[in-house]
Amino acid sequence: MTATTTSVVFPLARLQPNRGAAVLLPGEIQVAVFRTHDDQVFALSNIDPFARAAVMSRGIVGDRGGVPVAVSPMHKNAFDLRTGVCVDDPDVSLEVYPVRVDAGMVMVGAP
Amino acid sequence: MTRTLVVVGYGMVGHRLAQAMRDRDVNGAWRIEVLAEEPRPAYDRVALSSYVDTWNADDLTLPDIDGVHVRLGETALEIDREKREIITSRGERVHYDALVLATGSTPFVPPVPGRDLPGCFVYRTIEDLDAIRAAVEKADRPGRRAGMVLGGGLLGLEAANALRGMGLSPHVVELAPRLMPIQVDEGGAGLLKNLVQKLDLTVHTGTSAEVIERDGGRMIVKLTSGVELDVDVVVFSAGIRPRDDLARRMGLATGARGGVVVDEGCRTDDENIYAIGECACIDGMVYGLVAPGYAMAEVVADRLLGGTATFPGADTSTKLKLLGVDVASFGDAHGATEGALEVVFNDAVAGTYAKVVVSDDAKTLLGGILVGDASAYTMLRPMVGRAISGDPAALIAPAGTDVAMGSLPDDAQVCSCNAVTKATIKGAIAGGCADVPGLKSCTKAGTTCGSCVPMLKQLLAEAGVEQSKALCEHFEYSRAELFEIIRGTGIRTFSELIAKHGKGLGCDLCKPAVASILASLGNGHVLDGEQASLQDTNDHFLANLQRNGTYSVVPRIPGGEITPDKLMVIAEVARDFGLYTKITGGQRIDLFGATVDQLPHIWRRLVDAGMESGHAYGKALRTVKSCVGTTWCRYGVQDSVAMAIQLELRYRGLRSPHKLKSAVSGCARECAEARGKDFGVIATEHGWNLYVGGNGGFKPRHADLLVSDVDSETLVRLIDRFLMFYIRTADRLQRTAAWIEAMEGGLDHLREVIVDDSLGICAELEAAMERHVGTYADEWRGVLEDPEKLARFTSFVNAPGTPDPTITFREERGQRVPVQLGIPEVLSR
Repeated sequence: MTATTTSVVFPLARLQPNRGAAVLLPGEIQVAVFRTHDDQVFALSNIDPFARAAVMSRGIVGDRGGVPVAVSPMHKNAFDLRTGVCVDDPDVSLEVYPVRVDAGMVMVGAP
Repeated sequence: MTRTLVVVGYGMVGHRLAQAMRDRDVNGAWRIEVLAEEPRPAYDRVALSSYVDTWNADDLTLPDIDGVHVRLGETALEIDREKREIITSRGERVHYDALVLATGSTPFVPPVPGRDLPGCFVYRTIEDLDAIRAAVEKADRPGRRAGMVLGGGLLGLEAANALRGMGLSPHVVELAPRLMPIQVDEGGAGLLKNLVQKLDLTVHTGTSAEVIERDGGRMIVKLTSGVELDVDVVVFSAGIRPRDDLARRMGLATGARGGVVVDEGCRTDDENIYAIGECACIDGMVYGLVAPGYAMAEVVADRLLGGTATFPGADTSTKLKLLGVDVASFGDAHGATEGALEVVFNDAVAGTYAKVVVSDDAKTLLGGILVGDASAYTMLRPMVGRAISGDPAALIAPAGTDVAMGSLPDDAQVCSCNAVTKATIKGAIAGGCADVPGLKSCTKAGTTCGSCVPMLKQLLAEAGVEQSKALCEHFEYSRAELFEIIRGTGIRTFSELIAKHGKGLGCDLCKPAVASILASLGNGHVLDGEQASLQDTNDHFLANLQRNGTYSVVPRIPGGEITPDKLMVIAEVARDFGLYTKITGGQRIDLFGATVDQLPHIWRRLVDAGMESGHAYGKALRTVKSCVGTTWCRYGVQDSVAMAIQLELRYRGLRSPHKLKSAVSGCARECAEARGKDFGVIATEHGWNLYVGGNGGFKPRHADLLVSDVDSETLVRLIDRFLMFYIRTADRLQRTAAWIEAMEGGLDHLREVIVDDSLGICAELEAAMERHVGTYADEWRGVLEDPEKLARFTSFVNAPGTPDPTITFREERGQRVPVQLGIPEVLSR
């Protein structure tokens, strides 16, 4: 994580457990940041490649067979929160972004 | 080269043939012409007596078949076999390569003096019933009107049922010493007579009409027994005769008792001409039931496409509900087989009669009769001719009819209406059919009389296709079971529920379903606390997600009634936020293209103007459409707008397993299209008719009549019960139509539960609805008043107010429409 420069910071409180929110990185890069039930955070591209719309942050967070996922609200494709790989179609994946929580603040960086 | 098939006759069997040809002739080898004598498309003649419930012929109409040319009201006058040409009643010449006679039968009218008098009718077509109705309405006499039906067989009792539906007291006259002499024995007929006489029928057996006379507007019928009946109409229903006159004129062979003689491939002695259904004589027999007719249609379809199918022999088993009484008869019902033994249970108190006929060694089931309760039929009929294990009495002993489907051989017919064997159904299950609707569409089993549906369920279960009711991988319970768990335990959070009754973290299936259950039970605002995280994006943002990630907004317009002032507010909001505007099918206005951060601003203005959420985004009550009703319409008989508004305001915000749509029409012209709705209301002179289980969409379905002529208070009470029962017991995303279809006992059971309160739960259902009505609050107002809820309506948490750069629009026909994001397309598998 030290290799990346943190681009964006916001309070963890703005993220509801088991839900996501969109952040905007420099260069109009959209990232969906998710907070799971155990307060881990994950960051994936916000753009659903099937639907070609920036909606991933508005999906439901849960698990598929134990794999933590975020489910696109558009056509319900599930993506592994850790790797960005689409559970329903492993050839497709979302970009993964570095993210961490420090002192109640979420820090998201460019890859 | 395309060949031409001409079908003469468009009853149920002709329709089945056309359908089978269209289904199987994938290469389009045949062009199909149908000559239909009746002025309307093919309809379900088996259900003819139900026509008097609504007097709407559309209810009986069979589906149109694409690519089949039907000539309504046109018959075949002559046929030139050499030129293979038909001369129709309109004088046209139609060439055929193959001709199929499906002309059906005509009612047999015994030579009773006076049988041609006005007031005498037959019972065969919709027109017959219309004519009887007209005569009944014209007859003007004090007191209850009466009708006589000559014939106490299956058709005669159906005709009596129709008369009863018209408000007449029917007299049934049967020459044989008992009712339904072909299907039922003396013991069964005795019980049947008792049961139908309780329904205002008078049964005269062992006698016949001697003479019919007309006295003013009344019909006086003297019976051979000396009894004199004074009635308004006389209906002949004493059997049928095959319509083979056309075949006779062509010189085709006919049977000794009529019917066009055909071979096992249903071909006449002319190789280009076939005959099917009631007009055909096969193996010396003429069958007056639809199932053998369907079987013949399938045989001919196969043959025309190069197959070698043969008529499998007729199963003349019958199961039906006559005047509300179950009657079933199958196999050797009368014990005609040499040495046959009979086992009988006759319970006069319970009103049930059951008999099985077995072989002389009591090892083989030969047939049986069931009256009053025919639930054992579905298991017993396929076992005819098969070995039975154990005591035959166990087959019909009360509460003992638990025979496993596994013991049934593969070639046994499970669905006799459509001749579907157990093997076919097992094949379909192996091929991936995982539920009853799937089996219905893939094998046609269960689509005609529906009596084999319980067996389909059992076969699915036995095939190991877990009829999994599990909601998803996290809960092993069905939605209905989860509803009861939540209701019973008082658990009100998802995390507690999954910890105690599920596993894992939850997913996009169980979370919204549980959120919906919690909302149905009245758990505060849908975005309160943890509940917010469970919601699908639509419920999370209280708007409908569109393809470019923006949302659409639909304010509630109860009953479709709106003031010009409110209309102007909507127009101004749409203009100021640049929203694409479209009128919906539900008499509302949909505003498209709002970004998440715009939604609260839009709603602030709508709420300030007195509008509220339309729940277009939720699995909830959407809209109650209406026509203008008595207020304006020259034809209206009730105030449909006021009723629609009352219903929409009563049920607004009600979360349910799937969306709920409704409509109220002010008269029978049905301008509000209420029968396409989950619950539809149609005004009558005396009150309201309530229809349930309709929908449009992928598989359109007309709603079925639940009750007629009820007053407004009763109507609302019944809808309360209907909706709450649906909410409690339906599966996730199961519309009311599918819910009723999957319900054991179907519409009848539903009526027992919510009209007759057979489960004793109606008070509870009504109380639940009262709680909903009492605690309703507008969801959007709730968001605007709560800063915490408002906070989620932002484009980017780190840059609120920055618009989403991926959302762009172009202009089309003067409005803004979305531009799809210019990244490579990934196709979903």
